[in-house]
Amino acid sequence: MLRKLLGTSAVVLALSAPPTMADVKIGSIVELSGPGAAAGTNFRDGVKLGFEEVNAAGGILGEKVQLLEYDSQTDPQVSRAMVQKAIDEGVYVITGTVYSSSTVVNMLVAQQAGIPQFTGSEAPSITQKGNPYIFRTAFGSQKGMPKVAKYMAEEMGIKKVAIVWANTEFGKGGYGAFMEQAKIYGFEIVADVPTEQAQTDFSADVLKAKNSGADAVFVYLTEEESARFLREAQKQSIGLPMIGETTLIGAKVIELAGDAANGAMGHVGLTADAGIPAVSEMVARFKAKYNYTPDHNAIKGYTSAWTIKCVTEMIGSTDRQAFADKMHGLTLTAAECPGVLMDTSWDDTGEMSRESFFVVVEGGKQTVKAVLPPN
Amino acid sequence: MVEFLQLILSGLAAGSIYALAAVGFTLLWQASQTINFAQGEFVMLPAFFVLVGMTVLGMPMWPSVLFALVLSLLILGVMFKKLIVEPMLPHGTLPLVIATIALGLLMKESVKEFYGATAQPFPPVFPQTVYNIAGASISVQDLGNLAVSMLAIAGLQLFLNRTRTGRCMQATAQNPAVAEILGVNVKRMVMYTFLVNAALATVASVLISPIYLAKFSNGETLGLVAFIAAIVGGFNQIRGALAGGLLIGVIDNLSAVYISAAYRNAVPLILLIVIILVRPQGLLGTSEGRTV
Repeated sequence: MLRKLLGTSAVVLALSAPPTMADVKIGSIVELSGPGAAAGTNFRDGVKLGFEEVNAAGGILGEKVQLLEYDSQTDPQVSRAMVQKAIDEGVYVITGTVYSSSTVVNMLVAQQAGIPQFTGSEAPSITQKGNPYIFRTAFGSQKGMPKVAKYMAEEMGIKKVAIVWANTEFGKGGYGAFMEQAKIYGFEIVADVPTEQAQTDFSADVLKAKNSGADAVFVYLTEEESARFLREAQKQSIGLPMIGETTLIGAKVIELAGDAANGAMGHVGLTADAGIPAVSEMVARFKAKYNYTPDHNAIKGYTSAWTIKCVTEMIGSTDRQAFADKMHGLTLTAAECPGVLMDTSWDDTGEMSRESFFVVVEGGKQTVKAVLPPN
Repeated sequence: MVEFLQLILSGLAAGSIYALAAVGFTLLWQASQTINFAQGEFVMLPAFFVLVGMTVLGMPMWPSVLFALVLSLLILGVMFKKLIVEPMLPHGTLPLVIATIALGLLMKESVKEFYGATAQPFPPVFPQTVYNIAGASISVQDLGNLAVSMLAIAGLQLFLNRTRTGRCMQATAQNPAVAEILGVNVKRMVMYTFLVNAALATVASVLISPIYLAKFSNGETLGLVAFIAAIVGGFNQIRGALAGGLLIGVIDNLSAVYISAAYRNAVPLILLIVIILVRPQGLLGTSEGRTV
């Protein structure tokens, strides 16, 4: 009888004991399949590396982080469902998605539940909707485009521009932001060429830009399409400067386009070749772990993990509302939170700001032409 | 005029690859009366076999291509027939069509898991030289793709029409029961059809990957375009697949410049609808006879 009582008590105690598993759950919702898988996988791996280092450094407020992963399939409606699933499973903060067309849909679900969300998306509309829970880990294109346009007008003396852009939420955001700057700097748009996601044949697009009489081509495509465009431009001897954002001159584009990437230039928020030791060291650790060179999406994911740790420890609890409140107007320095890699600020809309770079590809590597101040 | 010539040349180069993939639809339709919705993935996969040969096994490029060809014949030819088509065919066409869709997903996700989600550079088969023809630029790669595709399809036509084995394959496609009575080894002929499709897919993969880059999701776009090309040209004629592929390649380029780049994806679909309404058997297809 006594043995039975002790046995039953032991089972009851075991069942009612608090879980010893990690308590800080983070939802990683990214494009692991579909057309956005390359960007999503980079972002996810950056987040994973960041939280592994966070856990190795004692976790968040002494608790280990448990990363719950979900595949948005690059489908806005699936991403919406995955955000809801993550919320149902009790996540503290969400990281992702990368594709803007998904983020504009799923961030409303996170907002309703009051869950802070770090996105790698760049469409301006994301931070213009008044959502107090959304935060970027990279410039929105409305932040990057003024820097590019200023450089094109003042340093390069460009007047006529052909613009080739991705006809997606990402591309439309960049296109709109560039066109606003074109008005300010008086650029004449002599060719306006929208392209499709996952487009493979760019011969017609290059031809339109080449025959437009432009002084330069502004290219706003995702990485693989940028590489195909650059190769076709080389084939057709386009003979014009090609200027863009990170997605035109990133490491992956240079790898895929080979020689054709030489001469391409543009603005980058983050680059392994910027001469910032913290970034170079992160890139080296990433390569050692995943055996491929991380692109800017991986750095976005990595910095979001460390931002979550540092801000949570600033507020001293895992209170989601306090976290969101703290983020607005916050400047996080690399000295107090080394994982953010560079001093970074967030404004009241969740838009971020920091120094960035204007680079040109020379000999298959990015060369920094100018360090551009935060705006 | 130079612009027009450039668009035609580039369109033909792209269209020749669509034609190679489209032939696969025609061949398998004849052999098993089914549409292989994994055809795009059949063209995507051999490029990764080549990369495995080069990067994992350390082989030079051409031995890697041979390695890829052997693997493709085994997996996309023999195993596809034995493990998917033969068990599914008795249950009707629809289950087989669903099985090929599932197979396509499996191939795509497997490549992604094994090789990663990002595109990989692929070594060019031809020199990267570019020629100027009456002001239009065309690369040796484009000319090579066009020539190899044409030769492959012409060779296939000659094989089917001028050799005993080719005629037996045609007889099997026309009427397997009668062909068997006449002493044709029907099972072997059907197997040959699958092997030819696997070989053509390998050729298409090696030609297209330097331009498309090797990526797990390449089959999505290519499969759809090739399917449209096969229907437009005539689903039961190899020369129809060739015509359809070239036509789609050229129309895609012309519409991007002279109509609107924003609607270029819609133009082949509109063409497809028009063809189905006006000539359901396709431009070069026949309405009753089935010839491999």
